[in-house]
Amino acid sequence: MTVASDPQVSETGATGETEYLSFRIGENEYSVEIMSVREIRGWTRTTSLPHAPDFVRGVINLRGTVLPVVDLALRLGLEETEPEDRNVIIVVDVESRVMGLRVDAVSDILSFSPDQLQPPPEMTSKSRFVRALTILDDRMVRLLDLEEVLPSNKEVAA
Amino acid sequence: MSDPMQEIMASFFIECEELHESLVDALQALADGDADVETINVAFRAVHSIKGGAGAFGLDDLVNFAHQFETVMDACRSGDLAMDDPLNSLFLRCSDVLSDLIRCSRDGEPIDTAMSGGLIEELAAYVSSDNEGGAEPEEEIDFQPMTLDLGELGGPGDDMAVDLPSLDDLPPINLDFPSTSPGLLVEFRPDRELYESGNEPLFLIKTLADLGPCQTTVTLDPPKSIEDLKNLGGRLSWSILVETVSQPDAVAEIFEFTDGLCQLNVTPQQDAEPDAVISELTEETTPVVTPQADDIPTAAPPAPAETSKANPIDSPSTKRSESKPAKASPTVRVDLERIERLVNLVGELVINQAMLSQSIAQEDIPPNSPVSAGLDEFMQLTRNIQESVMMIRAQPVKSLFQRMSRIVRESSAAIDKRVRLVTDGETTEIDKTAIERLADPLTHMIRNAVDHGLENAATRRERGKNEQGEIRLSAAHRSGRVVIEVADDGGGIDREKVRAKAIEKGLIAEDAALSESETDQLLFLPGFSTATEVSSLSGRGVGMDVVRTQISSLGGRVSIESSPGVGTTFSISLPLTLAVLDGMVITVAGETLVIPLNAIVETLSLAVDDLRTVAEGQKVLRVREQFVSVLDLGTELGYRAQIPVEEGTIALLISPEEGVLVALLVDTIEDQRQVVIKGMQESYGRVPGVAAATILGDGQIALILDPNDLIQNSSGDDVVILQKKAS
Repeated sequence: MTVASDPQVSETGATGETEYLSFRIGENEYSVEIMSVREIRGWTRTTSLPHAPDFVRGVINLRGTVLPVVDLALRLGLEETEPEDRNVIIVVDVESRVMGLRVDAVSDILSFSPDQLQPPPEMTSKSRFVRALTILDDRMVRLLDLEEVLPSNKEVAA
Repeated sequence: MSDPMQEIMASFFIECEELHESLVDALQALADGDADVETINVAFRAVHSIKGGAGAFGLDDLVNFAHQFETVMDACRSGDLAMDDPLNSLFLRCSDVLSDLIRCSRDGEPIDTAMSGGLIEELAAYVSSDNEGGAEPEEEIDFQPMTLDLGELGGPGDDMAVDLPSLDDLPPINLDFPSTSPGLLVEFRPDRELYESGNEPLFLIKTLADLGPCQTTVTLDPPKSIEDLKNLGGRLSWSILVETVSQPDAVAEIFEFTDGLCQLNVTPQQDAEPDAVISELTEETTPVVTPQADDIPTAAPPAPAETSKANPIDSPSTKRSESKPAKASPTVRVDLERIERLVNLVGELVINQAMLSQSIAQEDIPPNSPVSAGLDEFMQLTRNIQESVMMIRAQPVKSLFQRMSRIVRESSAAIDKRVRLVTDGETTEIDKTAIERLADPLTHMIRNAVDHGLENAATRRERGKNEQGEIRLSAAHRSGRVVIEVADDGGGIDREKVRAKAIEKGLIAEDAALSESETDQLLFLPGFSTATEVSSLSGRGVGMDVVRTQISSLGGRVSIESSPGVGTTFSISLPLTLAVLDGMVITVAGETLVIPLNAIVETLSLAVDDLRTVAEGQKVLRVREQFVSVLDLGTELGYRAQIPVEEGTIALLISPEEGVLVALLVDTIEDQRQVVIKGMQESYGRVPGVAAATILGDGQIALILDPNDLIQNSSGDDVVILQKKAS
């Protein structure tokens, strides 16, 4: 995978473009920086963790390591849906913490330059998870701040 | 890294660590009064070997210090200086500085001469007032590996008697001997190993000359046949007549490093007649082959570790045989990373074996078929392999305890308290990683015990205690865990003061009702320090909360026990192994879980009558004549609401502490098997009641419970509450 911010790689010509992986949760479209994504895998049953916050689905076996899975819908305060086989787990790596994000489906890889992004209006408490918004073909795409999305140690250790 | 010198130096420093360890051991034995004749020799040899190696690498500061250290120790060794407490404590401090010097030399850090200077003077004070006895230690010895100039001696030839010219250069012997001194005849025949291990006969002979004027003759044995050339061995022998009043042991001492590497014969001479002796010697000597010249330069670096373990000197004048010094079982140094890899692979093997046995079980293969028999054998082998691999990583806690004894010495000296460290269970083995990562928290706990735990001498006297405080550091295996305790016999935790401090710092409300153990737990809160005045030891910004974090990152727990006026005990409890455990696979509320087998005392099938309700929602179980509190595992883990107990419900009896039983209710018991521990701390953080996770044969993850943690958190919610307040 190449770094999209490299001007030579960016085909649209605009400098400083970054690639994002976009995915769907219900009717909403979200995206994360593609450089944080390690892999995408199908849904498998999780082993639930006692006393974990509700948005932590549990843990799965990722080739011999224990991978915690966050249900992104619950994390973002959306409606809870029962996991189904069509769901996917996006494995992300943020500052060497590796976690899985359960989403409904992966849709596309998008490129945005910083000037296409707007900061979200500060309205809801959940907005700390959304770093920026952008419009693409009349759809609103939300860019997630993964460092906020992944539960901090304080949140899980309660 | 391609520099061979670098590698040799690296191995020298590793050897230094071992030597330093045996030095500290010996000094400790001396301090405790359970030393024997050999103990001081062991200490001396350790320092001497460090000095020798350091000399070869030109580490002058280290050499100088070791030399001075060794000089005084040598005086003790020869009985010229009596060991007493001040001297012993000086030795211990010297050994501390020695280890600092070694570390500085190793890391290439600048050496602070102020550090060693004072001690060198102290040491010098001991020897200057004493040394009439003549047991002056060797002068600076340059351990540069060097060979005998064999070329000069020529090839196979006639018997030759060569005077060693360099003996003329020896310093004049100023000891005033009566001219009619009886003298000693020293017959010295080095074996090949002596040359190979980098020893230099010339130095030995020079040292011998310190005892008195020497008449030295060297003999070269020619090979009798071509066959002899193949049997490589020492061909040179020396016969030295020393005019001295010294006893044969003095000679034996000089040659003690060559113990087992040569034939040595010391005979007191009444009438010195060297010529006769020599002729006799040359006649009886058997021809052996000269060590080949190119053998020597490539010889292995000196192995001081081995010589330091040499046998005690036999009584002199007995003919020495070629018997090697009793060797400790040979060891290999292995990169820790390789072991890690092996451990991981074995982990995978165990998982694989579980998968295999699961699929064989599904095939409905009769139990007496070859496949089943083969599988059984395979499981047995896997288990053996796994145990062996775990043993590679396990190391005795001794080295850790030795470091702690230094901390006690230093910290007690800094605040002028007399403290004795008693250690127990030094041979208890724990995982090497755990040993390394325990050093910091233990250091802190020891300092705390010295600084806060023990009262000052005046208070101790008032309370009728020995003025010298005692800190007991012990390690033991207890119910599948390693328990390390730091206990002091001080005043105990001043709970009033702790409480006042916590209120002052806003950690608890002024009217908070806290039990004694809850109050003790306050010590673990971040930013807590009870020392009213910040002494040189405390107030370093590291609190017990850091200790707790460090311990729990190892999967361990810290607990406090304290009684006023009697003392405080901190216990660290750690899991025994870090990779594989025997577990019972159970299910509860549809989840598969693993409970460490060693935590389970008994499994029971309940009858409804066995359960009695003592209070709302709290039940006890009658097991024989004992009442046991009951926890529903599903409820404890938050998987379900409490369910009524039915006939035949399975209960696991767990004993979190001696004499305490708790019954855990589970739905089914599935299996009993080995599971590989997969850490969750790094990726997720600590889950209360859960020790780790594992992967079952079907690829699913199952959580491994920590029953003790589970029970503690259920019975005493206080810990959790306190943590919440703090954060």
